[in-house]
Amino acid sequence: MAVMNDLKVFKDSAWLGWQMEANWTDPFLFLTYSIVKPIAGTLILVLMYMVVTGGETGNAFFSYMYVGNAMYMFVAEVLFGVTWVIHDDREHYMTLKQVYIAPMNFYMYIMGRSAIKIAITSFGVLVTLIFGVMALGVDIDLAAVDWPLLAASLVLGLACICILGLALGGVSFLTAKHSIGINEGLAGVFYVLSGVVFPITILPTWAQSVSRILPVTYWMEAIRRAIEPGAMRELADTSGFDVTGMGGISDLTMMLYLLVSVGAFFVMSIGVFRVADYIARKKGKVDWTTAY
Amino acid sequence: MQPAVETQSLTRVFRPKRKKEGSIVTALDSVDLRINKGELFGVLGPNGAGKTTLLKILSTLLLPTSGKAYVAGFDVEKDLLDVRKRINMVSGGEISGYGLLTVRENLWMFSQFYGIKSKEANARIEELLGRFGLTEKAKEKVRTLSTGQRQKMNVIRGFVTNPEIVFLDEPTLGLDVNAARAVRDFIVDWIRSDRSRTVLLTTHYMMEADELCDRIAIIDDGKILACDTPSNLKRMVKMNTTLTLSVAGLNEIAGFDTIQGLNSYSQTKDVESSTTKLRFVLEDESCVSDIVSKVVAEGSKIMSLQKTEPTLEDVFIKLVGRGLE
Repeated sequence: MAVMNDLKVFKDSAWLGWQMEANWTDPFLFLTYSIVKPIAGTLILVLMYMVVTGGETGNAFFSYMYVGNAMYMFVAEVLFGVTWVIHDDREHYMTLKQVYIAPMNFYMYIMGRSAIKIAITSFGVLVTLIFGVMALGVDIDLAAVDWPLLAASLVLGLACICILGLALGGVSFLTAKHSIGINEGLAGVFYVLSGVVFPITILPTWAQSVSRILPVTYWMEAIRRAIEPGAMRELADTSGFDVTGMGGISDLTMMLYLLVSVGAFFVMSIGVFRVADYIARKKGKVDWTTAY
Repeated sequence: MQPAVETQSLTRVFRPKRKKEGSIVTALDSVDLRINKGELFGVLGPNGAGKTTLLKILSTLLLPTSGKAYVAGFDVEKDLLDVRKRINMVSGGEISGYGLLTVRENLWMFSQFYGIKSKEANARIEELLGRFGLTEKAKEKVRTLSTGQRQKMNVIRGFVTNPEIVFLDEPTLGLDVNAARAVRDFIVDWIRSDRSRTVLLTTHYMMEADELCDRIAIIDDGKILACDTPSNLKRMVKMNTTLTLSVAGLNEIAGFDTIQGLNSYSQTKDVESSTTKLRFVLEDESCVSDIVSKVVAEGSKIMSLQKTEPTLEDVFIKLVGRGLE
């Protein structure tokens, strides 16, 4: 019964999330926005890359960078989306206290609200990848895609990011508008240290040690191996060494690492959320408004 | 019988982060309350008296510094879900709501968070929208509503879940006269239609507390100064009842000294309206009929009659030494 209730809360809050994301304009404009925004965001990096390399895009490293950047949208948007639920409900709609005292699973509410963010981001990632393949020569061959690896890594990776977002959501109970800065900062750490647009082997040794702890590093590697195995092989062949720094790790090990990360982050995030929730109630910050 | 709400030495202290940001505020100071099921209980006090803090603790939004609070027998610190299943809360002046949703969608959304079946929720929403005159606004986005309409929507949100206990924090704050009247009438009808329901209402409007509440606790500086029925509270004030008559055709005021129970009297002539205003201070209210008979026997015509009794404000002034506003 409790599970059914939780699923219903998830469904209803996902509907609410969808209304928040999409109900501000007409469907055509929303669709246009959903296509243009991710492409425009990606083109900034693409143009920088082209300036540096003299316009070259049809190589393995470009594909490496392009796919990493596209997948990073999940990290940025989901981390941001989960924490934004608390901030938005509290400061903008001023509904947090009403939602908070409702007899429901609050985690499911946050996850439901964020689910739609994941769906919209997934669409953006897909659009970006299609654009990359069709317009920029990104090396993705549908016949060569390792679909089971892709599915497993997507599920585990997204679960990991969502759970991490939950901890940040808890922290945002205690912060004013700074919560946005906190999750942007954390997303920035992942951008630099997780091999998103450049291999971690470029980093200093100490930073590489940090990279090897972060689950996003393994997630990026697993996704690349799944959707662009050709480019990854070419990258290894042309560089002549383990350029990604992950060559010695098998797909199974990576999946196991992601699975362990999900479990560890789950325990940690629930703990952080509960402590933050307790402190927020103690300090009277649940229905705090500061930014508007 | 188990009380709907019970507090035992409930205390809440707010400490500033840094000393220069202000001093320690004791919002609630050892508050002991017992509110019975079926009661419409009022907490009357000026701004900053601790009324909202009390409701926040009872609705699980805030932890007490010390003491205990129970709602429907459940500890507000530990049994969060059990408390939340039984309550709802409405704050006056509240303009919250998901602006991108319609009024109906907003209300439906919150009803779903309380696990109410969609069909049942929709029927209740329709009924309450009609009751508050918002039926025509049902399909309009919340962002297009006026402040008063948003407040009314929030009152509906508080009741659409059919809670056992509802906390109303200044529910008519900022509403126009008609809207405030509609809200008050609804609250009374709602609680009278099912005696298992309980309302805890905070207000700084004395008339509202007097009109609505079965019992009232007067609070100031976080302390409960008195708690009783409105009439018993008024009896605390040893103040004589005053009878004021406006009469036409009275030439001379005389002969009232013999009436038993009359303390004193005075008259003021109003030349413009050719009436005389007679003010009698009564020791015993049973002498009203003698006064009226005497005035009529003098051949005068009574144009108006007003009996003035102690108000809750008089009670408040007696207890606190200043007015509510």
